[in-house]
Amino acid sequence: MKFTEDHEWLSLEGDVVTVGITIHAAEQLGDVVFVELPDAGDEFAEGAEIATIESVKAASEINAMLAGEITEVNDAIVANPALVNEDPEGEAWFFKIKIQDASALDAFLDEDAYKALID
Amino acid sequence: MSFAFTDYDPYDFANRRHIGPSPAEMEEMLAACRVESLDQLIAETVPEGIRQAEPLAWGPALSESEVLVRLRETADRNRVMHSLIGMGFHGTVTPPAIQRNILENPAWYTAYTPYQPEISQGRLEALLNFQTMVTDLTALDVANASLLDEPTAAAEAMALCQRSAKSKAKAFFVDQDCHPQTIGVVRTRAEPLGWQVIVGDPFADLDPTAVFGALFQYPGTHGHVHDFTDVIASLHEAKALACVAADPLALTLLKAPGEMGADIAVGSTQRFGVPMGAGGPHAAYMACRDALKRGLPGRLVGVSVDARGNRAYRLSLQTREQHIRREKATSNVCTAQALLAVIASMYAVFHGPSGLKAIAQRVHSKTAQLAKGLESLGFHVAPAVFFDTLTVEVGALQGVILRAAEAEGVNLRRVGTDRIGITLDEAVRPAVLESVWRAFGGAMSADAVSAVPRLPAGLLRASDYLTHPVFHMNRAEAEMTRYMRRLADRDLALDRAMIPLGSCTMKLNATVEMQAISWPEFSAIHPYAPAEQQAGYAEMVADLAEKLCRSTGYDAMSMQPNSGAQGEYAGLLTIRRYHVARGEPQRDICLIPTSAHGTNPASAQMCGMTVVPVKAADNGDVDLVDFREKAAEHADRLAACMITYPSTHGVFEETVREVCAITHEHGGQVYLDGANLNAMVGLSRPGDVGADVSHLNLHKTFCIPHGGGGPGMGPIGVKAHLAEHLPGDPAAGEGAVSGSPWGSASILPISWAYCLAMGGEGLTQATKVAILNANYIAERLKGAYPILYAGGAGRVAHELILDTRPMMDRAGVSVDDVAKRLIDCGFHAPTMSWPVAGCLMVEPTESEPKAELDRFCDAMLAIAQEATAIEEGKLDPQNNPLKNAPHTVEDLVGDWDRPYSREQACYPPGAFRVDKYWAPVNRVDNAFGDRNLVCTCPPMEAYG
Repeated sequence: MKFTEDHEWLSLEGDVVTVGITIHAAEQLGDVVFVELPDAGDEFAEGAEIATIESVKAASEINAMLAGEITEVNDAIVANPALVNEDPEGEAWFFKIKIQDASALDAFLDEDAYKALID
Repeated sequence: MSFAFTDYDPYDFANRRHIGPSPAEMEEMLAACRVESLDQLIAETVPEGIRQAEPLAWGPALSESEVLVRLRETADRNRVMHSLIGMGFHGTVTPPAIQRNILENPAWYTAYTPYQPEISQGRLEALLNFQTMVTDLTALDVANASLLDEPTAAAEAMALCQRSAKSKAKAFFVDQDCHPQTIGVVRTRAEPLGWQVIVGDPFADLDPTAVFGALFQYPGTHGHVHDFTDVIASLHEAKALACVAADPLALTLLKAPGEMGADIAVGSTQRFGVPMGAGGPHAAYMACRDALKRGLPGRLVGVSVDARGNRAYRLSLQTREQHIRREKATSNVCTAQALLAVIASMYAVFHGPSGLKAIAQRVHSKTAQLAKGLESLGFHVAPAVFFDTLTVEVGALQGVILRAAEAEGVNLRRVGTDRIGITLDEAVRPAVLESVWRAFGGAMSADAVSAVPRLPAGLLRASDYLTHPVFHMNRAEAEMTRYMRRLADRDLALDRAMIPLGSCTMKLNATVEMQAISWPEFSAIHPYAPAEQQAGYAEMVADLAEKLCRSTGYDAMSMQPNSGAQGEYAGLLTIRRYHVARGEPQRDICLIPTSAHGTNPASAQMCGMTVVPVKAADNGDVDLVDFREKAAEHADRLAACMITYPSTHGVFEETVREVCAITHEHGGQVYLDGANLNAMVGLSRPGDVGADVSHLNLHKTFCIPHGGGGPGMGPIGVKAHLAEHLPGDPAAGEGAVSGSPWGSASILPISWAYCLAMGGEGLTQATKVAILNANYIAERLKGAYPILYAGGAGRVAHELILDTRPMMDRAGVSVDDVAKRLIDCGFHAPTMSWPVAGCLMVEPTESEPKAELDRFCDAMLAIAQEATAIEEGKLDPQNNPLKNAPHTVEDLVGDWDRPYSREQACYPPGAFRVDKYWAPVNRVDNAFGDRNLVCTCPPMEAYG
């Protein structure tokens, strides 16, 4: 598992990355009340806004950490946004994105580095 | 017998009415602040370098009765006519029960925006009624709790289309039959964002593939009533969206926008009992399909539950707003028109669907009768089918007829050079029809002219509306009056307690200042009536503008903006036009410190500017090094900087002159946010420290009451070089920011009366006492709460930030817990988590007497002690008075199994024994409401 400085976690299988937000991010956001996800098949350039999350105290986005094509989205968190607070690093993944070069993931934080960031 | 005169002046408004602490109380408070005099305190608070040289003075302060005489003389120079001009402004009959119990009732007009839901259930219910009324009449899914006026609502609708439509086109189509001020405001909004506005005939000129959206007027400004169903379908085919600006009264008889497939509907609810007021204030509405609801600007009331699972109302989806999303915000709308929306909703409750329909039918049949009479005189009347508006071809007779009508006491609309427009309303009596006919050369009696309806046959409304039981209650006035009273009693407004909201300046709105707004000479004036009928208004506006200029150091003032946020937008547009006029259109960078209010970046974004954030120190001060670097880096493109003074953290920064100088050096203009002007008037002037533009919140510093979330007024003052770039005439085309030349003109007498009654000296004294009150609270509370960001001499300005975060660390007590516990003490909470997360910002204003300040301090000290008791294990960490606050009667009537007493729960220090304020609901569950969004009245079975 890799992490971004924006508190997303990335899990690679083949050339598809599953993306979600970290436990720390979910705690900071508070009760998540709304999630907006793209459609499978949508393509995003690096840095483009992919998903929106609204909680009772904040609104934030997930931007594409890497360019790619969405292969699957997690409709369960759209139907029940509370899932993001219950299991952010498990069941409440956001989307899967197919990337060009799997080795690009190496540039992101490992668990220790992320822990150091949030402490 | 002889006696010696005392020095007590019973008519001294400034010192005896407006300023809370008595001279004796002030002595005690100054001693508590360890200063000899008020002037010493001010010297320690306001830096010498920014003090104004000359005292503020414009003749002696007037007594209340003298103020009323001045207002009466001024009112008498306005001429009340039957204004049948239309253009979205109509005569109306405000039910007297509503006028007295809402418009003239401080329980309604002195409340704040309902952010604290537990103390706002009454107006939240009234606003939910408003939303239900709008969704029903428009046949759309979701409506907000009002917008500023119809033209700005139309501009917001355009922006919503642009964000939400799948079409990538860059143009927006506007029906040529829209009201001219709507077209003007939409053009103003589109221009800086690079959107093209195409004005034309929807049935001839609209290419759906060329636009991201379109706006139609229904009925049109000249009376046409069209079915837009097919046009809307073609827009949808091209992935564009459709907006309809609709008259809510017409919708009681005509097919609704939602039934034509419209995505968005906007309009004005003015004719639902809210007087024209020379342009405002009135509540505009905006409704949309469910799919667009998260893009809906403004406040949205929703239904949630409280801690007991009982139904409770609250504002929903607040995180979309500017204060969170900043430059990503979709709109800068903040203040809306809550008071006017409440009036309009009560008008609908008062009349019910059958009453509204009857009013609409009468208006229509009078219009048909008018048309028949005009036709019998040989005039050609258009259109063939209509609701309430006719356009008559008069050729060269235009001037003669308009003058004849005026002599009859009737204003008609000049259309082009050879036509006359006439719009009827519920206030038109048969005698007015006869006056119009006489102006056209006829001498018929209204009894002798009968006519059949001329509504468009294919567009008659078949669907129900206002089916909810609230619109079907017994309408005996006894029942209505009690309903309004019950709702008012649920809320905590300034008429019951201090509202110490930092940055909101909730000060006294004296009754004498409010009286004139109900006079027909101010309230029954059409904004586009001939100028000579508005001479009193013009004189008052000029005098008020002059006084505001003198107070701020500016040279010219525009009264157009209807809120502070709209003032920001108008001010930045003025700066933008200035740069363009000087041949520097590339200047589009706006420097904004990260400590700025969230509306600042949102407004800059609306003006097409790119926001460059500037670092702020922990105390909110602009980081001068970073500011200088960013200004230099963007020197070629620097348009403006936006600063708040005193800062959003309530500090008089010593460096403000330098910030202004750096900005000017690099070709930029300085926008100084006037939100905190209550700490400056009479002591320091934005125009003197180097600023070029400011908005003034007349609903803060200049006493317009907050109305429970509007109306507001945000006029902008500018230096001379910007005067020619101020907003233009709304009806004449581009450059306007709201639908009327003087914005919400009818509430300007409030600010004017305040200035007259206080005099320059009184205004200066008010500022000083506002600073004294804040420093007195700081002295009393500093032992229990750290005071953040005091100035150099350890003083705060007119507000202070109390740090409640240590309580969280020590006892798990959150800022929410403190805020909700204050409700048990009978107080509205201070501003929460802004500008510093986890803290409270307190602004007492000059109007609060010492006893009320002490009551608040006692309550805050007791809360700190409860936190200490939790820390020491004397109170349970979860089941304690702070976590369970607010306590309700429901808590008391059941079994009491809590580890603290009922007495402690309900009568903490500060709470009145007999006059205790009881919150009607327990703590409201925010997450539940946002996850289960319901924005219309719940069905009756849910009332259980």
